Amino acid sequence: MGQRIDVNHLNIYYGDFLAVEDVNINIEANKVTAFIGPSGCGKSTVLRTLDRMHEIIPGAHCKGEVLLEGKNLYDKDVDPVAVRRDVGMVFQRPNPFPTMSIRENVLAGVKLNNRKISKSDADDLVEWALRGANLWNEVKDRLDNPGIGLSGGQQQRLCIARAVAVHPQVLLMDEPCSALDPISTLAVEDLINELKNDYTIVIVTHNMQQAARIADYTAFFNLKAVGQPGHLEYFTDTTTMFNNPQNEEAERYVSGRFG
Amino acid sequence: MSSQSKTAQQPVSGKNADKVFKGVAYACGILILVVLAAVALFLLFRAWPLIGGDQKANSDTISNFTGGKATSFWSYVGPLLFGTVLISTLALLISFFVSVGIALFISHYAPKKLATILSYVVDLLAAIPSVIYGLWGGLVLVPAIYPFWNWVAKYLGWIPIFAGPAANPSRTVATVSVVLAVMILPIITSMSRDIFLQTPRLQEEAALALGATKWEMVKLAVLPFGKSGVVSASMLGLGRALGETMAVLMILSPGLNYSVKLLQASQNQTIAANIASQYPEANDLGVSVLIGTGLVLFLITFVVNFVARKLTEKASA
Amino acid sequence: MTAANNDASPMDGAPVIDFDKFKPTRSFIAARKRKDLAMRALIAVAFIVALIPLFSVLITTIINGVKRLNLNFLSYNMTGVVGGNPTPSGGYGGILHAIIGTLEITFGAMLISIPIGLMCAVYLVEYSNRGRLARVITLLVDVMSGIPSIVAGLFAFSMFTILIGPGTINGFEGSVALSLLMLPTVVKSSEEMLKIVPHDLREASYALGVTKQRTITKIVLRTALPGIVSGAILAVARVIGETAPLLMTAGYIASTNFNLFSGQMTTLPVYVYQEYSKLNANCPANASAACVTTIPMERAWAAALVLILIVLILNLIGRLVAKVFAVKSER
Repeated sequence: MGQRIDVNHLNIYYGDFLAVEDVNINIEANKVTAFIGPSGCGKSTVLRTLDRMHEIIPGAHCKGEVLLEGKNLYDKDVDPVAVRRDVGMVFQRPNPFPTMSIRENVLAGVKLNNRKISKSDADDLVEWALRGANLWNEVKDRLDNPGIGLSGGQQQRLCIARAVAVHPQVLLMDEPCSALDPISTLAVEDLINELKNDYTIVIVTHNMQQAARIADYTAFFNLKAVGQPGHLEYFTDTTTMFNNPQNEEAERYVSGRFG
Repeated sequence: MSSQSKTAQQPVSGKNADKVFKGVAYACGILILVVLAAVALFLLFRAWPLIGGDQKANSDTISNFTGGKATSFWSYVGPLLFGTVLISTLALLISFFVSVGIALFISHYAPKKLATILSYVVDLLAAIPSVIYGLWGGLVLVPAIYPFWNWVAKYLGWIPIFAGPAANPSRTVATVSVVLAVMILPIITSMSRDIFLQTPRLQEEAALALGATKWEMVKLAVLPFGKSGVVSASMLGLGRALGETMAVLMILSPGLNYSVKLLQASQNQTIAANIASQYPEANDLGVSVLIGTGLVLFLITFVVNFVARKLTEKASA
Repeated sequence: MTAANNDASPMDGAPVIDFDKFKPTRSFIAARKRKDLAMRALIAVAFIVALIPLFSVLITTIINGVKRLNLNFLSYNMTGVVGGNPTPSGGYGGILHAIIGTLEITFGAMLISIPIGLMCAVYLVEYSNRGRLARVITLLVDVMSGIPSIVAGLFAFSMFTILIGPGTINGFEGSVALSLLMLPTVVKSSEEMLKIVPHDLREASYALGVTKQRTITKIVLRTALPGIVSGAILAVARVIGETAPLLMTAGYIASTNFNLFSGQMTTLPVYVYQEYSKLNANCPANASAACVTTIPMERAWAAALVLILIVLILNLIGRLVAKVFAVKSER
């Protein structure tokens, strides 16, 4: 089952530079929440703070609270590495490990964490994750082929399988379809619709139709000017966002009259 | 899968391994500083008798080395330093134009297939050990090049540096410089080639679009772009030539003069070759003196390499 | 473009240009072409000039080297060799001891410099955040790669005299000297290889909740492995031909010494140099016809041929490893 995330007064910095200002947002469990907004508004940055991935950039840090089912991810006793096992992430470009086969890619999260895993458990986990990622039927006969040999859409689904194999509560997706062709995009979108039964999903997208198609809630991020910090402008359910937004900037953005 | 199994599946944290690994990596980084400091310190320590020891004994040792020609360290290292710089500079002069030419050939003139083969050939030149260049220089080049030097001495002898008679066998500064030029050629060539290949395509096309010939394009776009890179490559080549031991040791007939008679034997010697040739017979104090000269060499190559790297840094910034 | 109509055009009042004036003259165009051709010719000559020494070195070494290169030469050392006389085994001495010495000393140098160099590269790429320390280390690594080999020899010699005792000469001392020369090459090549591992892969691994250490060892190093191995082999090929530092640290003996940590040890390049320095062998007036006065030079060439072969094979392996096992990171 997915878990909910509550973000309170989150400020994100790169060094001294305030990148995103005062974000408050409540992300419902087992729903798809989309982050939209113009380039540079900080939506990807906010996404990365939800599993502390921003910390691998030197100097990046944040103030405020991110509560995963009530537990603050930024408490002193929380290990960022452990956080990332509860909150999985899928990236813009599919990035299967080039040295590993399809099977090894799915098992990477478990094996790299030094878990010994029996052959039968591994087989089960691989099938479970690949089925969950709608990829099983396409690759079940060539699990030992390199993951890098799949098509772009298949690679991205492999990356999703790899992420769910760690069994996280939340899946973060950073423009997962932007490097894919329309047909692969459709496959991934269908998958997202199914995945929300088991996971809370947060997706960053540049494509407003995509947000309208798959998201239950939509958050619109904006920035006042280049060089100014980004902020959360408007957050509502998707229907309202695209049909009757109660925010002038959001209305201009979703209707394509931005800027 | 239920979330109950999650706690049981919690992997080993690996936090300690993380810390240890980071510590080891950090230590290895620091070790580089330590090693370089150790090189300087151990050499200084071993050369100390030269500075802090009995000066009478020092000058005795040095006059022993030189057959009474020099009695103080500086009058000993002076001609050696002169010889080192002379030979390396000549090698660089010979090598520079050929290297840049080959680099241009590979980067802009040769067809792609030939260029790959040529790159391999240049790498091959770099891979041959210096002792083999010494062997080749001593046994093949020295007799083969004598007629040429003889001709040079005959017709260009009025220029002081080519003053004859040309020594036979030509175990001279001129011959050594040629061998060193061959040895540093791959260094300069491969670095220049890399930088020429990075010339922005747009600039090249802009030049060609103005109706420039290929050579004019090279002159307008490629050479200005690669200038600082070529200079720093040359400095690196110079650094290599300064420290080269075996080829000099095996070819040159040494002398200790401030002389520029390139075609005559027994005029100059380099620091590195001098260390290698005197070392086997040197006593304790003699070794200190040689290490002292080694320190001088270390300092010079350090400065040359430092300048070269600073130039590259500036060029790539 | 005349001002016949009264509309103000921006070209109003602009000077009238006779473009024919700027046309290059025919002779000028010809001169440019000639210059272009001349430069092409010069550049082609430059490259032929470079080929002459290479082929001369290779051909003379092969021609002179094959004369004495046989199984006997490879399987005996120099004990019992007197002047130009043949040894009881029928040969004229050999390089077995030098090959063993070269292998052991180079292996020692690898054991020291590869782990340190690799971890230093890991520090520079993965941990340093390109801070000041990293810039200083990078600069010093560059400076280190310019240390003359003889100075590396002097360093190892001084270190062992001071730490162990005067007159210490053994194979390991040579390993220390060579590792100093190898270290910068290993650091540089590993650093380059780690840098080209796509950042995506690190992120993917972190996002799976994998610690930094395991990400580096199991993803980054694994992906960069072929390049790192190739770089290490090329570094070995570079130092295996070093002579000067080994003259003063490892010394020279005629017999085979298996112990890296005690006693003098001959290496191939030093053997070449020593034979070259002998010039001629003595053949007494009453010696048999089998006595060869030029045998030292012939041995030097044969050993040089073996050395060149080793170096070239190492280079070839190094390049093949990089090519054949390269990890495709893009589709």
